[in-house]
Amino acid sequence: MTDWSGYIGLILQGALVTLQLTVMGSALALVMAFVAGLGRVSRFMTVRALATTYIEFFRGTSIFVQLFWVYFVLPFAGVTLSPLQAGVLALGLNVGAYGAEVVRGAVKAIGREQREACIALNLTRGQAMRHVILPQALPLMLPTFCNNAIELLKGTAVVSLISLTDMTFQAQVVRAQTGNTLIPFAVILVLYFLMALAISTTMRWLERRVTRGLDGVRT
Amino acid sequence: MEWDWNFVWEIMPTLLQGLKITLLATVLGAAVAAVIGLVFAILRMTAPKPIARATGFVVEFIRGTPLLVQLYFIFYVLPDIGIRLPALLAGVIGLGLHYGTYAAEVYRAGIENVPRGQWEAAKATNLTGRQTWIHVILPQAIPPMIPALANYLIAMFKETPLLSAITVLELMNQAKSVANSSYRYIEPMTLVGVFFLIMSLISVVFLRWLEERYARVEER
Repeated sequence: MTDWSGYIGLILQGALVTLQLTVMGSALALVMAFVAGLGRVSRFMTVRALATTYIEFFRGTSIFVQLFWVYFVLPFAGVTLSPLQAGVLALGLNVGAYGAEVVRGAVKAIGREQREACIALNLTRGQAMRHVILPQALPLMLPTFCNNAIELLKGTAVVSLISLTDMTFQAQVVRAQTGNTLIPFAVILVLYFLMALAISTTMRWLERRVTRGLDGVRT
Repeated sequence: MEWDWNFVWEIMPTLLQGLKITLLATVLGAAVAAVIGLVFAILRMTAPKPIARATGFVVEFIRGTPLLVQLYFIFYVLPDIGIRLPALLAGVIGLGLHYGTYAAEVYRAGIENVPRGQWEAAKATNLTGRQTWIHVILPQAIPPMIPALANYLIAMFKETPLLSAITVLELMNQAKSVANSSYRYIEPMTLVGVFFLIMSLISVVFLRWLEERYARVEER
């Protein structure tokens, strides 16, 4: 019988890399989502065009193609990234593009009368966005952000193909060394599922927090 | 390294060969997803409670885990219990199963969006269950579903490069093998990106049209 303790350690190491990627990728995605999402509702044409190009480009191709492009093509342009950097960059930019549409949708969903009230109160555009629009738009974004974070978690499996030692990569290593296929893959499937559950639980808690005090404002 | 147009024309036939497999996998995967989604949706809505709950869990599980790992599972684990699938078939089943769970949600939402009054009216006019579904419920439930389903079709098309990981010779895999044998990555990888970008930009236009065409049914 194979001694599994060493292999379990290997998979847990992979889980750590997956976790790292998910957290850093989400952070980058969040930043990109707000930059591009608010860029799309900007009053300057150039900013709008730039944001739209970014969004369409990254939504139009899959994370896999982008990752390979970042990892294999950018070095020829003189930018050499480690697999981890390439992974975070590709995942963050890709999911950020989806998030940007969510931000835009939520900002647009805030009623006209709120905007008019801001003008009547003589708030600048920045103030209106920060104090009136965004606090109301945030609860609208969270459920979709939750889905996006889970998509990002699932996307991290792809980085194993550029030789980053994440959970999927380690499962392949274990498979190659033990010849057993069922156990490593079943274990990582369960681990991925648990991580996805953790994300959705956290998001639900966060949702309750940001909607606190907004009861009765919106039906 | 410079962009070389001669090399581009040289590798174009190989890439187009791969594109054909990509499209084939997408079409077959979509067909599988449409059927599996329907099965999941019906099980979740009409089966007895334990079965419905078990189906719900399976759907959540498939949606919460990466497609790549599911593909590995189908391609590497199933042979151990005697089911040996060709790579393309394994890929199509994986894609179909994964996106079937998404399609199931669309079906469910579409059917639940038909107002209760329609069911009651069908009962009042003495229609049988079959007649109710065919003449009353489905004609109202399906049109609003179409844009959402098309959306997932495009998403699935973009995910097909993952099949290269289980040795299907689709677009991405052809590009990789060209790149590995010639040590030129810029052209093949960029071309794959461009192919996907063009296809999805076209499909976005198509999707807008679908939305215009079918979203209106609701407002009527």
